[in-house]
Amino acid sequence: MKKLLEGSQAIAQVVNLCRPGVISAYPITPQTHIVEDLAKIAADGEASFEFVRTESEFAAASVILGASATGVRAYSATTSQGLLLMTEVIYNIAGMNLPVVLTCANRAVSAPINIWNDQQDAYSVRDAGWIMFFANDIQEAVDLHILAFKVAESVGLPVMVNMDGFYLTHTVGEVDIPDQKLVDKFLKKQSRDLGSFLDVKNPKTFGYLATPKEYQDMRMQLDAKIKKAKNQEIKKAMQEFEKVFGRKLSLTREYKLKDAKTVFVSTGSIFGTTREAVDLLRLKGKKVGICNLNLLRPFPDDEIVKKLKGTKKIIVLNRAISLGTEGILTTEIKKALYGKHKIEIQDEIIGLGGRDIRVEELVNLV
Amino acid sequence: MLQKYKKPTLFYPGHNACSGCGQNLTARHVINTLGPNTIVVGATGCLEVTTTKFGESAWGVPYIHSLFENSAAVATGILAGLSFKNKNLGATLSKVSRYDQREYPQVGPRASLPNVVVLAGDGATFDIGFGLLAGMFERGDNILYVCFDNEGYQNTGAQASGSSTLGADTTTTPSGKDSTGDDKMKKNMIAFAVSQGVPYVATSTAAYPKDVEEKIKKALEFQGPKYIQILVPCIPGWGIETNKTVEVARLAATTGFYPVLEIINGVVTKVLKTPDQKPKIEEYLKLQDRYKHLFKSEEGKAVIKRLQKICDANVEVYGLCPTCEEHEILMQYKL
Ligand SMILES: Cc1ncc(C[n+]2csc(CCOP(=O)(O)OP(=O)(O)O)c2C)c(N)n1
Ligand code: SF4
Ligand SMILES: [Mg+2]
Repeated sequence: MKKLLEGSQAIAQVVNLCRPGVISAYPITPQTHIVEDLAKIAADGEASFEFVRTESEFAAASVILGASATGVRAYSATTSQGLLLMTEVIYNIAGMNLPVVLTCANRAVSAPINIWNDQQDAYSVRDAGWIMFFANDIQEAVDLHILAFKVAESVGLPVMVNMDGFYLTHTVGEVDIPDQKLVDKFLKKQSRDLGSFLDVKNPKTFGYLATPKEYQDMRMQLDAKIKKAKNQEIKKAMQEFEKVFGRKLSLTREYKLKDAKTVFVSTGSIFGTTREAVDLLRLKGKKVGICNLNLLRPFPDDEIVKKLKGTKKIIVLNRAISLGTEGILTTEIKKALYGKHKIEIQDEIIGLGGRDIRVEELVNLV
Repeated sequence: MLQKYKKPTLFYPGHNACSGCGQNLTARHVINTLGPNTIVVGATGCLEVTTTKFGESAWGVPYIHSLFENSAAVATGILAGLSFKNKNLGATLSKVSRYDQREYPQVGPRASLPNVVVLAGDGATFDIGFGLLAGMFERGDNILYVCFDNEGYQNTGAQASGSSTLGADTTTTPSGKDSTGDDKMKKNMIAFAVSQGVPYVATSTAAYPKDVEEKIKKALEFQGPKYIQILVPCIPGWGIETNKTVEVARLAATTGFYPVLEIINGVVTKVLKTPDQKPKIEEYLKLQDRYKHLFKSEEGKAVIKRLQKICDANVEVYGLCPTCEEHEILMQYKL
C-alpha cells in the first residue's frame, strides 16, 4: 500500500512486517526515529517481537547476537558512534555466522562530533564479514530490508542495510509498504538447521576457541561464503523479490550509463543529486552517466567491470575516506578494474559530515 | 577418558585447566547441579579457553561464548529469543515474563524453559562487563549469573582486576621497593547486586561444593536476576600448591576474609559461621605466593593488619562468629 511516510517510520513498519523475534537497539541520531517507532509498535500491541532496551549499543548488539543464536530473527539499528561501539560484536556476529539484520542510518564519526550524514561509519566495518547494502532512496531502503532478512537467512551471515542519515531517515516521501501476506510469502518462517542454534535437545558449543591449525581455514571459509553469496543467494533473492513484489532490486543502480563516457560512481542517496547533474551535463552534450553500488560487501567486482566497459573516465564520489590514502570506494573500484579496462579514475571526497552536495559542484567535477 | 568417568556429567574431563584449578572444579559442580535443561553463556577467560577448544568442547549443555565483556547481554538476548519462541509455541510465559520487574515471586523450579546461566570470571564481571551486568540487573532479566572469582585476570597472566585484594602481588600490581602490591580494595559486587534489587545474591568458595550446589538450586527458584559469586583459587596466579586449592578456599571463608553468604531480597538469610578458633589472616596469606612479600617488610605487615581488620569487620557485619547473636541483617531497604 502506498503511504506518505518518513523514511524511519517506513523502516520501522517494514521491519515489523518481517516478523522479527527480538529487536534491541539504543538511540542515536539519526537512527532514533526507527527505534522509537519500533518501541511504539510494540507498546501498541501491534508487534510480536520482544523489544529489549539496553544501556548501550554494545549491549544491544550482544542481545541480538544471543537472540539470533537461539534461532529467532533478530534486528537492530544504529549509526556512527553506535556502530563503532558495536564493532567488536559486529565482527563476532559474522564470525559466528548469525543471520541478524541491522540498519545503519549513516552518519559521520567523531572527532569533531557531527551528527550529519556521510558513510564513514559503515565503511569502517566493511571487513567484518557482513553483507552490506546501500539504499539510493527510501523505497529501496524499505525493499532492501525485506531482502536483507531473506539473504541473511539463506546465506547464514549478517546483513547491514545502509541508508543515509537525514537524507533518507528524516525525509517524507511516498512509499509502497507491501502487504503482510506478500512479505510472509517472501520470507516464510525462519527454519534453521538442527545444530546451528542453542538447543537443549541438541547441545552444541558456539564461539569455540580455534588454534592456529584451524583459524585461518575458518576465516577463509567465511570469505568464500560471503563471496559466493553475490551470484547465488543475493541474486536469487532479488529475482524472487521482483516476482513477489513487482519491484526490481539489483547490485548496481544506473542512470544513462549505456553510452556514457564519464561515469559517476558512489553509494547511497547521492544518486538523486547526481542524476540532476547528469541531466544538466547531458543538455550540454556531455555523455555522462551513473553507476551507483547497492552492494559494498561482497564487492560486485564483475558487475563493475561489465558496467564500466567503454567508459573513459569514472569519478568516484566517496562518502568515506581512509585517512592517509584516499576515498575508500576509490580504492575498491581501482581494485575491481585493475588489469581490466584502461579508465581514468578521479578520486573525490564529498559531503563529509553533512556538507551540502550541490548539483553545480558535481557538474564542475566533469 | 570418557568411559573412566563413572558418574554422568555435563562437564566432560579432558579440558586443559591447570591441575588443582578451583574454577573448573567448581564449574563442574555448578553445571551438574543446573542439569541438562540449561543454556550457558561463557565469558572469555580461563574457564572458556580451557573448555571450548574446537572439536574438544567439555560442555554437555548448549554453550555459547561471544566476547569477554558481553555475556550478560548475550544471555538477555537468549532469554528474549526463548521467550519469543515459546510465545509462538503457545506456551504460557506469564510466570517467567521478563517484565515482572522488581516483583520476583518465588516460583519454584520450572521444568520447561531452559535455565539461562552466565559463567564469567571476576575480570569479566567486576570490570569490563560491569555496565552490561548492571543493565541486566536493571532489566530484571531471569538469568542466573555466576561469577568465578579468582581475584585477577588469570587467563592473561595474573594481572590485577577490580576483584584483586589489598596487598596482592599481581603482574600489574607487583610488589617492590616502593610497592606492597595492590593498593586498592576489592570492589564490592555483592553490595552492588543487592543495591540493584537482585532478589537472590550469594557467595561461596571452591571448598564448599555442597553449599555451591544448594545455592544454585535455591537461586533457580527465584524470578529475575540472580547473582552468585564463588571464590575459586588459581594455582599459578595465586602461587599455591596444586593440592592446596580446597584448603586455601576454606581458609578464605573461615578467616572471615571471604564471607560465605546468602542474601534474599536484601536480607542476609544464611552465613557460614567461622570456627570457634577463628584462624588469623596470616594462615590464609602464607599459603600463597601473591602475599608472601607482605611478611618481609614493615609496610607489608601493616597491610596484613589491615587485611585482618577486614576479616574482623566482616565477622561483625554479617554475624559470622559461632556465638554471634542471630539478628536480621538488612542490606537493603525495599524500594
Ligand atoms: C576486550 C578484551 N580485552 C582484553 C581481553 C584479554 N583477556 C582475555 S581473558 C582476560 C582476563 C580474564 O579474567 P577473568 O574474567 O577474571 O577470568 P579468569 O581468566 O581469571 O578466569 C583478558 C584480560 C579480551 N579478550 N577482550
Ligand atoms: S591459570 Fe588459574 S584459573 Fe586458569 S586454568 Fe590455571 S588454575 Fe585455573
Ligand atoms: Mg579472574
